[in-house]
Amino acid sequence: MTKDECKKIVIEIIADIAPDEDLSDVKPDVRLRDQLELDSMDFLDIVMELRKRYQIEVPEADYIQLASLDSCAEYLTPKFDALV
Amino acid sequence: MSKVDVAIIGCGMSGLAAGIRLAHFGRDVCIFERHNAPGGLNSFYSLGGRKFDVGLHAMTNFVRPGVRGSPLGKLLRQLRIDRDELDLAEQRRSRIAFGGTNLLFSNDFELFESQIADRFPGQMDGFRRLIRTVRDHDDTKLEQEEISARQVVGTHLQDPLLIDMLLCPLMYYGSASELDMDWTQFVTMAKSIYLEGFCRPFDGVRVVIRTLLNRYRQAGGQRRMKCGVRRIETGDGRVRRLLLDNGEEVEANHVISSIGLAETGRLLDPPGDSPVTDKPGQLSFIETMTVFREPTEVLGWGADTIVFINHGERFEYARPDDLVDPRSGVICFPNNFQYGDRVPSEGVLRVTALANPEGWMTLPEDTYRAEKAEWFKRIQESAQKVLPAPALNPAGSSVATDMFTPRTIRKFTGHINGAVYGSPQKTRDGRTGYSNLILCGTDQGYLGIVGALLSGISMANLHVLKPQV
Repeated sequence: MTKDECKKIVIEIIADIAPDEDLSDVKPDVRLRDQLELDSMDFLDIVMELRKRYQIEVPEADYIQLASLDSCAEYLTPKFDALV
Repeated sequence: MSKVDVAIIGCGMSGLAAGIRLAHFGRDVCIFERHNAPGGLNSFYSLGGRKFDVGLHAMTNFVRPGVRGSPLGKLLRQLRIDRDELDLAEQRRSRIAFGGTNLLFSNDFELFESQIADRFPGQMDGFRRLIRTVRDHDDTKLEQEEISARQVVGTHLQDPLLIDMLLCPLMYYGSASELDMDWTQFVTMAKSIYLEGFCRPFDGVRVVIRTLLNRYRQAGGQRRMKCGVRRIETGDGRVRRLLLDNGEEVEANHVISSIGLAETGRLLDPPGDSPVTDKPGQLSFIETMTVFREPTEVLGWGADTIVFINHGERFEYARPDDLVDPRSGVICFPNNFQYGDRVPSEGVLRVTALANPEGWMTLPEDTYRAEKAEWFKRIQESAQKVLPAPALNPAGSSVATDMFTPRTIRKFTGHINGAVYGSPQKTRDGRTGYSNLILCGTDQGYLGIVGALLSGISMANLHVLKPQV
């Protein structure tokens, strides 16, 4: 999986959790929290959707890795690759 | 003996919300409901071919689409529900009417501010400070110190009339405590009613319930109607199994009870002790419903959506000595929201007043009926005092009536004393002293439909979903 594909998956998840957010121009290097209205409940849902859809586990200590799209891709791509 | 991962007791708003969250994330969840209709305290029924909402006047917490960080927005996200499904129409405007003094408010806070500036000019600075304090208080935190709302409000405002007028809608729409309320509850209610606002689906509460049921089913949740829980068997500080009304036994890893604190406590076997104490609520209501052949506007009552009234010297939100306290109450015209092109064919008037639970519970059947008829009349008279003179004779236009009392509430919701808002004692974190028994709903302390939904969501998140992440 490429990092861009990984980012696309994260965006898809956010789109389902927060359909009222405009996701057309999310900057990959800026913290998601700083450009979208996402609270801790929403981040918990991103983690749970990752597990539900892809069986990917994100331990609480690693939540910080999901801060921006870039850091998501950095952290999650190896996890996706490990699945296959 | 059957097994589920999570058993939820009660198919009201909070139980359904908890169920949707759990089912969505793949948990094996089943809701057990004693009645045949879902909705709990906010259910609906049919009578003489007409559909009635059990208790709903309005949904609180209305914000327009695009408003950030609101409780309504939060619950729509958490339940993956599209806002349009709820079909929310805004109120026209509402009113607090105490004697000759009126304060109008709507979903635009500026109206309320200007009304207070006009009627209570000397209190305006204090009112602004109070509202800032309300905005700054994080009422979603689970740990809260219990402080008297009257005490906090009293540091900002001096005029007892204004204080009573501010408290009246907040107490009537959510307080389980008499005369005063908890400060955090005050903040939650003030935000949901004054800073946010009232709305209602055109077809009433069934729209909300249908949406929730569909979502729950689609997520894979199970429910068993007419299948109440008779006993909660415990041992070693946890729930071992549930015994259903039909004698069946169910084992569950987690049990979420939405039926109330004392009500849950009474099912425990062996009987438990603190913190699931037996301290049921004392506050209940009667409510009259009148359906008119003509729409509300034609009757001459088209301006108000909800009116909170008090004719007494002071406002006393307490259990009356008599069967009913006719001095204060709430008038609601559920068909008088901004429904746009959709015009309800009939007008509906609902009037609520405080009632004495034991008084109504102990009446023999024939006296019960006679008292209902008597109080129906008196409550209508009390309401008419603050409504504009009707354009038509209301009695001549009336085509159907109904009424509920504390007895009705107890029968259909199981709430001890017919206490709509449950016990004055709330367990905000949902803990019960039993490791796998969690409380949500009324006695968890979030209020109204939006509060109940958030209660189910947050308790499912906190106690079941999050520990697994």
